[in-house]
Amino acid sequence: MSDYRIQGETGEWEVVIGLEVHAQVTSNAKLFSGAATAFGAEPNTQVSLVDAAMPGMLPVPNRECIRQAVRTGMAIDAQINKWSRFDRKNYFYADLPQGYQISQLYHPIVGEGAIDISLDEKNPDAAGKRIGVERIHVEQDAGKLMHDQHPTQSYVDLNRSGVALMEIVSKPDLASPAETGAYLRKLRSILRYVGSCDGNMEEGSMRADVNVSVRKPGDELGTRTETKNVNSVRFVMAVVEQEARRQVEVLEAGGKIVQETRLYDPDRNETRSMRSKEDAHDYRYFPDPDLLPLVLDDAFLEECRASLPELPDAKRARYEALGITAYQATVLTAEVEAARWFDALLDAGVKPAAAANWTTSELFGALNRTGKDISNSPVSPAQAAELLGLIADGTLSGSLAKQVFEVMLETGDGAAKVVEDRGLKQTSDTGAIEKVIAEVMAANSDKVADYRGGKDKLFGFFVGQTMKAMGGKANPAVVNEVLKTALGESVAP
Amino acid sequence: MTDLTDLGIAGIRDGVRDGSFSARDVADAFIVKVSQAKALNAFLVETPDHAIAAATAADTARAAGETLKPLAGVPIGMKDLFCTKGVTTTAASHILEGFTPTYESTVSQNLWDAGAGMLGKLNMDQFAMGSSNETSAFGNVISPWKRNDANGVGGNAALAPGGSSGGSSSAVAARLCPGATGTDTGGSIRQPAAFTGISGIKPTYGRCSRWGTIAFASSLDQAGPMARDVRDCAILLEAMAGFDAKDGTSLQLDVPKWEAGLSANLNGLRVGIPKEYRVDGMPEEIEALWQKGIEWLKDAGATIVEVSLPHTKYALPAYYIIAPAEASSNLARYDGVRYGIRDLPAGSGLQDMYAATRADGFGPEVKRRVMIGTYVLSAGYYDAYYTQAQKIRTLIARDFEKAWETCDVLLTPTAPSAAFALGEKSADPIAMYLNDVFTVPSSLAGLPAMSVPGGLDKQGLPLGLQIIGKPLDEQGVLNAGLAIEQRAGFTARPEAWW
Amino acid sequence: MSVDTATVKRIASLARIAITDEDAARMAPELGNILGWIEMLGEVDTTGVEPMTAVIPNTLRLRDDVVNADPLTGGNIREQVLANAPVAEHGFFAVPKVIE
Repeated sequence: MSDYRIQGETGEWEVVIGLEVHAQVTSNAKLFSGAATAFGAEPNTQVSLVDAAMPGMLPVPNRECIRQAVRTGMAIDAQINKWSRFDRKNYFYADLPQGYQISQLYHPIVGEGAIDISLDEKNPDAAGKRIGVERIHVEQDAGKLMHDQHPTQSYVDLNRSGVALMEIVSKPDLASPAETGAYLRKLRSILRYVGSCDGNMEEGSMRADVNVSVRKPGDELGTRTETKNVNSVRFVMAVVEQEARRQVEVLEAGGKIVQETRLYDPDRNETRSMRSKEDAHDYRYFPDPDLLPLVLDDAFLEECRASLPELPDAKRARYEALGITAYQATVLTAEVEAARWFDALLDAGVKPAAAANWTTSELFGALNRTGKDISNSPVSPAQAAELLGLIADGTLSGSLAKQVFEVMLETGDGAAKVVEDRGLKQTSDTGAIEKVIAEVMAANSDKVADYRGGKDKLFGFFVGQTMKAMGGKANPAVVNEVLKTALGESVAP
Repeated sequence: MTDLTDLGIAGIRDGVRDGSFSARDVADAFIVKVSQAKALNAFLVETPDHAIAAATAADTARAAGETLKPLAGVPIGMKDLFCTKGVTTTAASHILEGFTPTYESTVSQNLWDAGAGMLGKLNMDQFAMGSSNETSAFGNVISPWKRNDANGVGGNAALAPGGSSGGSSSAVAARLCPGATGTDTGGSIRQPAAFTGISGIKPTYGRCSRWGTIAFASSLDQAGPMARDVRDCAILLEAMAGFDAKDGTSLQLDVPKWEAGLSANLNGLRVGIPKEYRVDGMPEEIEALWQKGIEWLKDAGATIVEVSLPHTKYALPAYYIIAPAEASSNLARYDGVRYGIRDLPAGSGLQDMYAATRADGFGPEVKRRVMIGTYVLSAGYYDAYYTQAQKIRTLIARDFEKAWETCDVLLTPTAPSAAFALGEKSADPIAMYLNDVFTVPSSLAGLPAMSVPGGLDKQGLPLGLQIIGKPLDEQGVLNAGLAIEQRAGFTARPEAWW
Repeated sequence: MSVDTATVKRIASLARIAITDEDAARMAPELGNILGWIEMLGEVDTTGVEPMTAVIPNTLRLRDDVVNADPLTGGNIREQVLANAPVAEHGFFAVPKVIE
């Protein structure tokens, strides 16, 4: 049970949220035609006669789009329906050339599944919650209308018309903006792991319709509104909060919630009603007579399952079993590109704990500082493995390694080369260290006496002086050993 | 010298092949006939250049000693429901006036690939909705036939050529072309063939590709040939049919050699006579012709058996739910945005533009069917109408499956009357719909069915007999049709008044 | 069965066909007749009968995921796509401005 509540004048209100996420399927060609799906092309250049709904045109489904939907369903442990149908959703709009959208209402390809979220992603010990998924179905995306290019006309670009979408419908199990954000992030991560959608909300390849209703605890479900086409996680969370508050205000003032479609205005941080037509919602769904029922055979399903990568939850569990902390495991598996990078590092033989420590602090720190992300990381897993190998074999101390890493970032050179070029090797030469320590002690005989007389905190001073005299290259463990011997005991009188 | 326009497809093909005459001479002869027959209003657009180009190619190939293509030298008429590249295609509707496809339908492309040439685009009922070719936006097609008591009781009325392939039937019967393409959704090849004394076959659903054929009712539409005899239909159908990967409902099967397989020897064939097709008030002449048909088939070696198709009477109402429902959705794309006419009354927005364009562009019958279709799919009515109709469709298909246990083909009349006068039935839509009572059931079941001329009624107008076959058994249907053709001795032809 | 003028207008609106009050009044009995005739289907007991899904048994074929594999169903044909447009500008279809 979530304890998120809206504080109203008449008491506390619970919020009930369901998300319908439209995710563009990663495929070369569209769902029902051979036109390309790539983003950003010149208007109407990725449009076939089929997408333009010319007279006499017919749809033939793209196997890869079907495959991606099945793989996504498998990744959320959903029921895969071996028999499903396409239905036509009929309405008139300029971005819908056929006058209907081919979708799946009555018999979707994927049935019930679930997505596990953490209720506090920063706290690895936080409780989790299972959010039900009602269904996933496949449908056509619409084209794009532009309203700001001309004073009296809108322009229609059908490049996006007919691109495959997966509509992923959650159950109304979400109860707060935070849960909603966590669900959306987790879903996006899964889609990127599976490779069925790039989850790029800014480019519109993933968008959410947010259904919100409110009720007093214990009451029946309230009337919900739907805010369409929200294109960032932050905005989705804002919509939940704004719309819930708006509904509470309306209800407490004695009004009723109208079941309607709304749009989010990010500049004003509020939702507003879309102009609606009286009969806008009678879509007259019926099975598309141009498309026979879709039947999936076992061989197809087996290939889909075999093609799935290790998914985030499983990967996180595996990392933890390898001795990586829960928090680091969460960070490393949040995005598939980072997880893949890290897997390559493990494959190169680096010990898991050391790899995790270094990656989450040094690498991610450097990426943050330089504004890069893991997909254009200046350091490859192989290069990182080389660096970490030099620490493991004693060539570099931790602090030397940091220096080497900085140079690697600047120059793009490998660790060994940097060490070689700049002579940054750590010295473990006991003889050399003893010599330097002797010199330091000789130059600070008063402190030696103080130390021996009980001021044991001066040990750090001698370590520092030794390291300084050796340009930071002394092996700290050896320095400690030799110093202990040379200084002797520190005994208070 | 033979009037080349008296020849059928086989005659032209063979004559060109063996050099009896040139393809060019054939094309020229038909081009003249077409240009002289404007009174029939069968052609919306004449394309003599296309026919001449194909003829020239045939003659050149022959001169070079090459093997000729299957339809080399044969000019045909193309129903204006097939998209033809660079040639206007309207579905006989104002809403598509001026639309010039940049692509060729699969069926027409198949015909051009087979060497045929196009004389022109044929008039039809608007969006294939009609049984008399009275719903075209470009005027009625007039049948070349006249009642023979023109000076007496029958009057000199202009007669309907049947529909929706009325331009096709009229043109073939008037010898303006040796063959034409039609489409059949509820009877639109068979009924016009019966009205004009020619032959026409609707193949098994999925035999001919629907890609590039303007859609009316997707689960029912099928292209098919119309010509003056069974052999010509077989030849044309072989060229038209075939698997098309661009059509998801296309059958992935080789096209049988129907012409080579023709045989009028029906020994061992069981012919079913469905008792429910004997409807109340059926004209006696039609019943009499049906009887003759039975005798002819017996004479050819068949045995006759009575069968029952209990759900027959529900077929028409089921059809008039399913077809309009699919049509209401298929015709949603005609909205003035991407092709065809656009009506933009002053101050109108997008939705007003749609409403004005479609009100202006669609004829009354099209509007009626789109509205019926919209109604039966709308919230609250879907289960009672659409779902119920699709269930009844299953029952109708099962009736046929059961019948195939005791027979191999069915024999019925094609239409409940001879051709009526234009205007005679257009007052009451239902009276017009009843024309399809014998053809609709086999459409709903996707079965191959053909009409062949059986005789004339007492007013000298043609009457047709229908043979329905099992799925994929076009051969059985053609063969039974051939057996009837050989015994019926139908040589009547309309006297040119145009 | 009877269909009233208001229903006719509602259906016409759903179908985006502009209709005058006179036309709606005229069409109401026409449509009513047709719908009344169709209603006889209610007589048939269809318990346990599945609605028809495929007229001739056939399976849905799937296409390979290759861009422009068949030029007839591929893209990159903007000229063709716009060739019959009543109004086309700068590579777009133009329609009366829509306010969302």
